[in-house]
Amino acid sequence: MQSNEETYNYGVVRQFAIMTVVWGVVGMLVGVIIAAQLLWPELNFDIAWLSYGRLRPLHTNAVIFAFGGCALFATSYYVVQRTSHARLFSDALAAFTFWGWQTVIVLAAITLPLGITSGKEYAELEWPIDILITLVWVAYAVVFFGTLYNRKIPHIYVANWFFGAFILTVALLHLVNSAAVPATFWKSYSAYAGAQDAMIQWWYGHNAVGFFLTAGFLGIMYYFIPKQANRPVYSYRLSVVHFWALVFTYMWAGPHHLHYTALPDWAQSLGMVFSLILLAPSWGGMINGIMTLSGAWHKLRDDPILKFLIVSLSFYGMSTFEGPMMSIKTVNALSHYTDWTVGHVHSGALGWVGLVSIGAIYFLIPKLFGRAEMWSVRLINTHFWIATVGIVLYIAAMWIAGVMQGLMWRAVGADGTLTYTFVESVKATYPFYAIRLLGGVLYFSGMLLMAYNVYKTVLDGKTFEAAIPAPAQA
Amino acid sequence: MKLTHDLIERNQALMIVLLILVVAVGGLVEIVPLSFMKSVTEPVAGLKPYSALQLTGRDIYLREGCYNCHSQMIRPFRAEVERYGHYSTAGEFVYDYPFQWGSKRTGPDLHRVGGRYSDEWHRIHLADPRALVPESNMPGYPWMARVPANAADIEAKMRALRLVGVPYPEEQIKGAKLELQGKSEMDALISYLQVLGTALKSKAN
Repeated sequence: MQSNEETYNYGVVRQFAIMTVVWGVVGMLVGVIIAAQLLWPELNFDIAWLSYGRLRPLHTNAVIFAFGGCALFATSYYVVQRTSHARLFSDALAAFTFWGWQTVIVLAAITLPLGITSGKEYAELEWPIDILITLVWVAYAVVFFGTLYNRKIPHIYVANWFFGAFILTVALLHLVNSAAVPATFWKSYSAYAGAQDAMIQWWYGHNAVGFFLTAGFLGIMYYFIPKQANRPVYSYRLSVVHFWALVFTYMWAGPHHLHYTALPDWAQSLGMVFSLILLAPSWGGMINGIMTLSGAWHKLRDDPILKFLIVSLSFYGMSTFEGPMMSIKTVNALSHYTDWTVGHVHSGALGWVGLVSIGAIYFLIPKLFGRAEMWSVRLINTHFWIATVGIVLYIAAMWIAGVMQGLMWRAVGADGTLTYTFVESVKATYPFYAIRLLGGVLYFSGMLLMAYNVYKTVLDGKTFEAAIPAPAQA
Repeated sequence: MKLTHDLIERNQALMIVLLILVVAVGGLVEIVPLSFMKSVTEPVAGLKPYSALQLTGRDIYLREGCYNCHSQMIRPFRAEVERYGHYSTAGEFVYDYPFQWGSKRTGPDLHRVGGRYSDEWHRIHLADPRALVPESNMPGYPWMARVPANAADIEAKMRALRLVGVPYPEEQIKGAKLELQGKSEMDALISYLQVLGTALKSKAN
């Protein structure tokens, strides 16, 4: 039996990795339900806690903070240990982050259908839960940076720059945006009003995308792609430049969610300019990841995990091109408020965040449970194709629906009157809601295959203490 | 000593400090000045804080997640002004804690829905949207007419709002429970919908 100092803490990584799959299934199931409700409104059943307006926040919270959050905890805890040659800073604090985060998720799953909400998109949870989130996050920062502090390797590996930036910035965003005055135990009011609340909310909202859903997952990319491809990161210099450019620029881009609103014009223009600039550091990350494969392209043919990781970067490149384009005010005038935005979010969420997380979990599960590979590699391949077809159906349907809605809303006849009533645009969207539902069902089915595959792998696997290797002499 | 990135990679305290400095800039430049702009912080003439019934309705609007499908922000475009009315201005939202501008229109914008339909229309539409708009995919809320408006918390809610900046006089808070007596959640929600966007109109009158 080795002492604690000589082994990695895989226990908490195992817990978060399993819960990533569980919450992925739950969050995507809710997504499928609300997609069906938009097509068949009877599915709201006139029951308050089953209605779309209450379930949609549950879906976004479950996929972003439960599925995405657990994937980030699992991978960052694994990566920071492996690249520091050090055990996690504190087993007790690490365990607290796991149980604390699961409690947050369960509370969200109870309160959101009950209609307990602060009414701010992607920050709906009420103040007692916000306080718990803050405590868990501080513990997370202590565990992560404490582990870095104990590292036996002189340099901080690039993946940890991104994880570190994600942890620090999300703390800042959460604290500022969730500031509120409680009226009762389950009801509070935002500390900010109107245009100022809007600016702060989208500074938060856009950087929940930029740091939670991008910087954190770039951290995943910078460890798992080089590992799985067995190649070094393509360019060190590119990673330095795009890292600092990305974290600086993202923080300015929020106002592009508020084009042509009552937010002052100068703020909108700043948001647009920085969103356009953001294309460069985003593609810097994509290029650095994909080019890591140079000399090893053939591995894409028969390694489904690598397929997940590399195709996720293609979707990342696509959505980070689409995003700056939609932030141009003229384009936004058409796209804003339409399903195009929903399509854009899902090309990032299903394509980039989903696929890179799934790839990383397929990489981790056998290593954490003492197996050479997943129970069925063929099933990983099937999952990959089902998921990819699902994404393409989803985003293509939403592109067409969004552009159609934008054009119908602005159409005016020769006499200056509106050509279409609003509900005519709703009616015209139904076929695309059906295609979107099909895409979502496919993606969800892939997740079920993954759950089965993970279950079979874990069933035959065993937990063990992994020894920390001695660092190579520099 | 040569200044290279190597320094930052070897020193995590330095990396943490630099990161905080770099990510703070954008928010400071974009958020802080808004507190000092009158166009953002001053109410338009004629804007009144929500009454106890309207506020209760607004909390129901939040609770049911109406903002997931309805915006409250009319952009200054010809087609949009034609469809919804005068474009929205910042001074109309200074008592909106939190803002409800929304980001998606699965249904139409509601910022100037106040006075556009009768209370009776709303009552039928909220209970069964497809009774009035057959192609609608909005959920129905028939139960709302049966649930009494929550009067227990209204004073605490108004006091919390006064703390963040809504000028509620003490008498209005004291009379809040009375205002909610015998009202259903449906009544409250409709009274909120009927006041939406009307401040600017009353200014023109």
